[in-house]
Amino acid sequence: MAKVVVGMSGGVDSAVTAYLLKKAGHEVIGVTLRTWVSEDGDEGRCCDIDDARSASWKIGIPYHSLNCLVEFKKEVTDPFVEDYIKGLTPNPCVICNRTVKWEKMCYMAEVLEADYVATGHYATIVKLPNGRYTVKKAVHAEKDQTYMLYRLTQEQLAKTMMPLGEYAKSDVRKIAEEAGIPVAAKKDSQEICFVPDGNYADYINENCEGEIPPEGNFVDEDGNILGKHKGIIHYTVGQRKGLGIALGYPAFVKKICADTNEVVIAKNEALFSREIMCRDLNFMSIPDLKTGEKVRAAVKIRYHHAGTAAEIEMLDEDKVKITFDEPVRAAAPGQSAVFYDENDCVVGGGIIC
Amino acid sequence: MDNAATTRVLPEVFKEIKLYLTEEFWNPSSTYESAGKTARKIAEAREKIAGAIGAKGKEIYFTSGGSESDNWAIKGVADALRSKGDHIITTAIEHHAVLHTCEYLEQHGFEVTYLPVDEKGFIDIKELEAAIRPTTVLISVMFANNEIGTLEPVSEIGEIAHRHGILFHTDAVQAFGHMPINVSEMNIDLLSASAHKINGPKGVGFLYIRSGVKITNLIHGGAQEKGRRAGTTNTAGIIGFGKAAEIALSRMEQRKEYESSLRNRLIDRVLTEIPYTTLNGDTEKRLSNNANFCFKYVDGESLLILLDQKGICASSGSACASGSIDPSHVLLALGLSYETAHGSLRLTISEDTTEDDIDYVVDSLKESVERLRKVSPLYKKMMEE
Repeated sequence: MAKVVVGMSGGVDSAVTAYLLKKAGHEVIGVTLRTWVSEDGDEGRCCDIDDARSASWKIGIPYHSLNCLVEFKKEVTDPFVEDYIKGLTPNPCVICNRTVKWEKMCYMAEVLEADYVATGHYATIVKLPNGRYTVKKAVHAEKDQTYMLYRLTQEQLAKTMMPLGEYAKSDVRKIAEEAGIPVAAKKDSQEICFVPDGNYADYINENCEGEIPPEGNFVDEDGNILGKHKGIIHYTVGQRKGLGIALGYPAFVKKICADTNEVVIAKNEALFSREIMCRDLNFMSIPDLKTGEKVRAAVKIRYHHAGTAAEIEMLDEDKVKITFDEPVRAAAPGQSAVFYDENDCVVGGGIIC
Repeated sequence: MDNAATTRVLPEVFKEIKLYLTEEFWNPSSTYESAGKTARKIAEAREKIAGAIGAKGKEIYFTSGGSESDNWAIKGVADALRSKGDHIITTAIEHHAVLHTCEYLEQHGFEVTYLPVDEKGFIDIKELEAAIRPTTVLISVMFANNEIGTLEPVSEIGEIAHRHGILFHTDAVQAFGHMPINVSEMNIDLLSASAHKINGPKGVGFLYIRSGVKITNLIHGGAQEKGRRAGTTNTAGIIGFGKAAEIALSRMEQRKEYESSLRNRLIDRVLTEIPYTTLNGDTEKRLSNNANFCFKYVDGESLLILLDQKGICASSGSACASGSIDPSHVLLALGLSYETAHGSLRLTISEDTTEDDIDYVVDSLKESVERLRKVSPLYKKMMEE
């Protein structure tokens, strides 16, 4: 039996993860990472820490909460703000998983001389015949979370357990109820954890150390001025609601130009693209591609995207061109594109540029 | 090894507490005779505690603990003397009960000077005097720091305060019962203390208010504590506090000597046997039970976990702040970097601590620090260079 450090978020999934591992006979230690503080000075995740602690008491495992405020700011929230100012739409959870969560949990595993770290993600870790590790989509795809995990390193994956890959959310809730775990009925977290109200623009206004881009122009694809926008941080590619502009046809954000401080507006049809570029790559099931090498994959361009068949071609170092069989709608620079093979395993991924 | 966080209630103290919770459970404000006996016992406790700091019984006001006493002293004086002035002087290394109270007053129009401290945690008397304004109404400087044990020059501060006609409050939560205190000789006008730091129960403390000092009430209600602090008298707590203070006072000298010798052994061994380690605070002018170290290239939180696994209870910074995320404001005020402050450890001993305990702690520390450095990327980098 192994010694396992379980990352506990305060929610039902990670509590059940700890419970299942303990039941399987492992020596389990619960850990919550303290990552951020809200504006009024309260510990951002104090309620979650209380929940994780009481779940640990109930399960009967030791529990620690660990400070990684500095790392979280440096690796996650500061880049999040910078990206928005550059007109990008970042995926902070993707970055956090690799640079904060796994980094710190693997460190704690070393400190505590544990063999593995475990999380309550709905995904399965697979060791391939080529010796590499990857993550496979959960059996119950509605809760698949592999998209958020594609940046994990091979070293991190080799030490990770994800026992929930086979379960449906409803099973997990049932297990929690039967085990008397107090968070059984807790609501799923939806938004980015450090922006609980989902209002990114407010968050950026409050947390930006530099200058925030001012108001600017809405323009059409030919550069004709259509009206005034509130500042580029208020918009995302594909957005329709809240533009405050009437053009006589349904208008969408096609592009955000940070350099000219313009937001390009277009009809829905204009939002589709057959080709995108990706940078900052991480490969999982295969080693790095060589320049010119091509691979076929289903590509997800955002968390809630089913995936579209495409050909991926390595251009030069750390950049790929993705050509879709069918055009995809509203690929937003800053979001991650994640590549899957025919077995639903992650091939790799990168950031759309 | 965390006796600055709290201490155990002594059996003699518990006997009294039990008696006054179960059999003699009366409300001392009642008029019948049984209640009167309890009232007399409270008066005795008040006298004992007053005697411990050279005050009169009528100058001791029982509270719910150190935080309430600090709040009352600062808010009460600020409010009572508002017409005279709106400036308060304190230090950067006070307990949060003082610092956050001062911040609260700042939000309500007061001006507060937070005196810096040197690398050992001492304030500069000259800087204190220079900070005094015609509008200064209160100087609040702690007797002994709760994290690094540094003893501030209280007598000199009191002397300066009185020369300028300013009230002087000291948070003596860590010092009361541990250090000789005389409010007259030291020119102290207000002093906060707590029972559970001297083997008394939690939830009781006192504020000494020199006769004639103007202060408004914090807790309004009934006529308890001569109408200055409402709330049904915490009989068992106060009587237990009295007993604990009596015992602490009677054994103070021998305890100080015993604790100092153990503390010195702890400090000497740690500094000689564990590389890249520093002592925070002063070697001489520090609480006899306090040691505080910084271990470079070590994460304080992980160190606490490893020590806990070996059955050693310690803290990083103060216990009150361990739920918080910033590294100790005290260590930062000493000029330590964020990273160094993060690797700090406070060990506080008691009369129950033995030489064997100290040796076990040092051996465990050596092992744990070594292990954490082995997995520290910073340490690896440093060794390569």
